[in-house]
Amino acid sequence: MSNGILVICEHDGGVFKKTAFELLAKAKSLGSGSVTALVLGADSGAELGGYGADKVVTVAGDFASHLTGAYVKAVQGAIESLSPAVVLAAASSEAKDGLPRLAARLGLGLGTEVTELRADGGAVVGRRPVYAGKAFVEVQVSSSPALFTVRPNSFGIPTSTGASAPVASLGLSVGGGDALTSVVDTEAPSSTVADLTEAERIVSGGRSVKSQDGFDSLIRPLAASIGATPGASRACVDAGFAPHSAQVGQTGKTVNPSLYVAMGISGAIQHLAGMRTSKIIVAVNTDAEAPIFQHATYGIVADMFEVGPLLKQELEAALS
Amino acid sequence: MIIGVCLKQVPASDSRIKIDGSGAGVDASDLKMEINPYDEFALEEALKLKDAKVAKKVIVLTVGGSDSEQRIRDALARGADDAVRLDDAAFAGSDSLGIARILAAAAQKEGVGLILAGKQAIDDDNSQVPAMVAELLGWPQVTVVDKLELDGGSFKAWRQSGGGVRDVVTGSLPAVISADKGMNTPRYAKLRGIMMAKRKKIPVYDAAALGLDPASVGAAGAKVTQVNWSEPPARPPGRILSGEVPSMVKELVTLLRDEAKVL
Repeated sequence: MSNGILVICEHDGGVFKKTAFELLAKAKSLGSGSVTALVLGADSGAELGGYGADKVVTVAGDFASHLTGAYVKAVQGAIESLSPAVVLAAASSEAKDGLPRLAARLGLGLGTEVTELRADGGAVVGRRPVYAGKAFVEVQVSSSPALFTVRPNSFGIPTSTGASAPVASLGLSVGGGDALTSVVDTEAPSSTVADLTEAERIVSGGRSVKSQDGFDSLIRPLAASIGATPGASRACVDAGFAPHSAQVGQTGKTVNPSLYVAMGISGAIQHLAGMRTSKIIVAVNTDAEAPIFQHATYGIVADMFEVGPLLKQELEAALS
Repeated sequence: MIIGVCLKQVPASDSRIKIDGSGAGVDASDLKMEINPYDEFALEEALKLKDAKVAKKVIVLTVGGSDSEQRIRDALARGADDAVRLDDAAFAGSDSLGIARILAAAAQKEGVGLILAGKQAIDDDNSQVPAMVAELLGWPQVTVVDKLELDGGSFKAWRQSGGGVRDVVTGSLPAVISADKGMNTPRYAKLRGIMMAKRKKIPVYDAAALGLDPASVGAAGAKVTQVNWSEPPARPPGRILSGEVPSMVKELVTLLRDEAKVL
């Protein structure tokens, strides 16, 4: 008989990611039985008890150099050993790569990147954006366990109660033989700012930055002044002014920051789709009729090249 | 080697999405359909491998009704050699795993040695099918790839793995690779290609032709159902500041700090 919720808790070298705390607290609040934290590749996690984990189970192994195969084997082992009714994971690169494969292996249903979860009778139901946020839909999963990935920043980060949870190894062995592929090299990030999908603050530029130099001299410094991640519209990326990895919108990243500053972005529907859930939106554009102003919390109708440097100065003063 | 490209039609990315009156789905009446943008990168990568004589044939695999034929012909016009359309009343209501079962069966039937697919379709945004196809075939996968190199029976793929880190991943063919933006620049169809594509036959395979148990696909096999569609909540009206630029900037920073509390 399956019971309880298994939460895959991600970490960087033993330091848990914010999503682990967010998911554990949500799992606890659903009241659907015990909450078990699954930790891959580290023998730690007692502090997860402070966020809602009743117990912590660990699987040792090299998860960094064997993408997919080791992850799938470990989560499969945890499911077979614990029989959870629900499995939650952050919608991270690893989970979005591995969980569909696991779902196919075990014949399970998976809801991708839900932003809400609720208990409905004995089941857990998700709600998720589709069409990059132009519509929402409820997702019901009839398999046991039901698998869900959750978009980061959906529920907020709780404070720890200070409780600690017992940590035990699952006793699974996951090794090189489970590898489907090997990671032979890792290219370090070109900057130290948060990934767009996890960023708390974003400053984005449109095609009217006019050149790569315009992007680098206006958008990047403004972003840096408030620790924001630089983003760009599709037109800006397609013109070659900003890298593909910076694109926000339906064919780029879907973002969910507290503050989104749109510089010289008109607000094409495919861009709005990717950033409309931002909590506060600031728009700066010379065209007062630009659609972005209908979505902005605060708008300034002016030339961003005039606004940008002044705004950077004022923000730096406000934060100092 | 034969490369299979999974291709889906989706509403164009500049489409406004309206929900039908009952909340059962999207009102598709006014939607202009296109090839899913990420599938275009997958198709282009396959065509480049054929140009480089690494692949001898590119075949498009599409689950869809006859209305998707125009997108399939677009792919043929760009240079795909063949296409099969996978269609059966029993496929209706498939979840991602159902779609993956159909595509995996078609790939096997066509003797495909490498599958390229978009990292996600921009309608359902599920990002599930490529990894599921890989598992069903027992092949390795690399998802969200922006650069691919093949060398004999092995591959090297570059993928964004979160936090700006890029992993370089190796493995053996056959494999499934899902494509991200940045992998290449999709080509346009030339007139000659368009003329040739018009004459191509596009076979349609049903569940029986693919050797699929109808209970394993469609609504009968689905473990995931999507209900209660809705439009996103409207944002409260915002405030357009007025005055000279320096004073507007000062006011904005004050509002961000004291009213919005995001600084």
